[in-house]
Amino acid sequence: MSIHKLSLYELHKKFTAGEVTATEIVRAYGLRIGQVEPKVKAYITQAKDTVVAQAGALDASLKGWRKTSPLMGMPLAIKDNICTEGVLTTCASRMLGNFVPPYDATVIAKLRAQGYLLLGKTNLDEFAMGSSTENSAVGPSRNPWNLQCVPGGSSGGSAAAVAADECAAALGSDTGGSIRQPAAFCGVVGLKPTYGRVSRYGLIAFASSLDQIGPITKDVTDAAFLLGAIAGHDPLDSTSADVPVPDYLKALKKRDLKKLKVGVPVEFFAEGLDPEVEQAVRAAIEELKSLGGEIKEIQLPRTDAAVATYYVIATAEASSNLARFDGVKFGLRAKETKDLLELYMKTRQEGFGPEVKRRIMLGTYVLSAGYYDAYYGKAQAVRTLIRQDFEAAFQEVDLIVTPVTPTPAFKLGEKGDDPLQMYLSDIFTISVNLAGVPAIALPCGFSQSGLPIGLQLIGRPFGEETLLRAAHAYEQSTQWRTKKPVIR
Amino acid sequence: MEITQQEVEKVAKLARLELTDIEKAAFAKQLSQILTHVETLKQYDTTGVEPTATVQGQVNVFRPDIARPSLSVECAVANAPESADGFFVVPKIIEDRER
Repeated sequence: MSIHKLSLYELHKKFTAGEVTATEIVRAYGLRIGQVEPKVKAYITQAKDTVVAQAGALDASLKGWRKTSPLMGMPLAIKDNICTEGVLTTCASRMLGNFVPPYDATVIAKLRAQGYLLLGKTNLDEFAMGSSTENSAVGPSRNPWNLQCVPGGSSGGSAAAVAADECAAALGSDTGGSIRQPAAFCGVVGLKPTYGRVSRYGLIAFASSLDQIGPITKDVTDAAFLLGAIAGHDPLDSTSADVPVPDYLKALKKRDLKKLKVGVPVEFFAEGLDPEVEQAVRAAIEELKSLGGEIKEIQLPRTDAAVATYYVIATAEASSNLARFDGVKFGLRAKETKDLLELYMKTRQEGFGPEVKRRIMLGTYVLSAGYYDAYYGKAQAVRTLIRQDFEAAFQEVDLIVTPVTPTPAFKLGEKGDDPLQMYLSDIFTISVNLAGVPAIALPCGFSQSGLPIGLQLIGRPFGEETLLRAAHAYEQSTQWRTKKPVIR
Repeated sequence: MEITQQEVEKVAKLARLELTDIEKAAFAKQLSQILTHVETLKQYDTTGVEPTATVQGQVNVFRPDIARPSLSVECAVANAPESADGFFVVPKIIEDRER
C-alpha cells in the first residue's frame, strides 16, 4: 500500500481502523515530498520537524484507544495566506517574509482541534493576486502534469501538492477563481463554498466581500469530507453565516442527477473557448444527461461585465485591506528613512511585487475623489445585475454547468507581460464570487498534449450538497480521477 | 481612458507607494488599458439599481461588551520590525521646535 496514493477519506478509514499510524503517514509523505518537491515546488515552508513530533505524540495518545475525529492524523497542506500559529505565513510576499502569526485562523483551529497534521504551507501568487503562482516572491510552482506549465493560481501550490500526492488534501482560498482554476489546471477537485459558509477569520484579506476558504482534494468525496470539517458559523467573522452544516458525505449517496435541472449558459460557450475544452465540457454535459439530469439552455446575460466589475471591486477592497502593511506592526520595514511618510512609502515599495502594486494603484484610483461613482459605484451596481442573473437562472435550474477556464494550463512566462490578458482568462470563475454562490471544479478530460481540463458546477447559495452530489455522480461514472501525472 | 504619469504619481502618493520611473511609465500604460476595459460597464443601464456591498444578506453583528482574553502585549509586538517596552517604535512624528 502506498500511503500517499490514498485519498483523504481512504486514509482516514485506515487510520481509524488502526491499520496505519500517524508516524507512518508522516514518513510516507516525507519520502514523497523528498522525491517530487524539487521539481514541483509546491511548498513555501515545510513543517518537517514539528509534524514528526506531532505525529509521534498523536500515536502515543492513541495507544489502545482509537476514537478518532475526522481529520485526526490526516496530512494536509495549507495555502500560505491562512494564519497558522507559530508557523511562518508569508502570503508569498517579501512584505511578510518573516511573519509568524500569534494565532490560528478559525479553519486551522478546527483542524488542530481534530488532530490534523500540518505538512507545510503552500505557494501562491503574492497576496493571492494572480492566476499562475508566477507572482510569488519565492518563484513559481510547477504543474505536475507538465513542469513547463503553470499550476494555475492563486492557490497553485495547494493544487500542485494535491495533484503530485505531496499531501492528502489542501486548503486554498478563492476570490475570483483561485481554488477552481488551479484545481482545473492540475486535474484535481476544488470547491469554493458559498460566501459565509466558511469563516475567513485568519485568512489574510485580499477582497473581503469575495474571499472564501475551501478544499482542494483528490476527489469529490474528499471535498465533502474536508468541507464538513471547516464549515460553520464563527463569531470571529461577522460575515460567516449562521446556517447549520449538513452531513456532506451523506449527500453523496444519491449517485444520479434524477430530478435535477442543469443549466448550460450560452454566454460561456462563446469565442475564445479552446475547442478541446469545449469538446470535453460538452461531453460531460451529455454524461450529466445520461445520469438523469434535465439539460436546459439558460442565459447569464451580464457575463461579459464580470471581469471589469471584478477588477474594480476586488482591487478597491485590496487597496484598503493592504493599507495595514506599513512597516510598523509586522513584516518588512525599509531601512534609513527620515520620517514616517517615507517609512511607509519605501517599505511598501520594497515589500510588494509588481502585481500587488498594480492592484493597489488600480484600487486606489477607482476609489479616489472624482472617480468613485464612475468606477466603484458603477461596478457595485453592475454586481447587483450579475447577482440577479444568477437568481433568475436558479428559478429555472438547480445547477449550472460551465468550463472552469477557456484553455488548459498555459506555459510559464506566456502571459507575464500582459495583465489585462491574464485578468480576462478569469472570465468563467469570477462571476461566481461576485454572486457569492458556491461552485466546484473537477476533472472532465485531457487535452491532446496531456493537460487536464476542468468542469465547473455552480449551485444555489448554501447548495453545496446538490453540487457535491452531482459532481460525485459524474466522477463515479467517469474514469478521469484514476489518471495520475508522471512527474519528470 | 488615458492615465498620465502625473495621475500615476498622485495615486501612488495616496496609496503610500513609492514608485520608480520605470514603474510609473508601465503603470500609466497598463492602468490605461485596464480602465479602458472597465469603461465597457457604461453599456449596462444601472439606473435605480441598488449597489451590492455584500452578498447573502449579511447584517450588522453585535456582541456583549465584555472583556475577554486577548493576545498578550508581548505577542502583539513580537512581529514588529522595532519595538521597545511593549510599544511599536516609529520615527519621530512631532518635530522639535526651536525655543
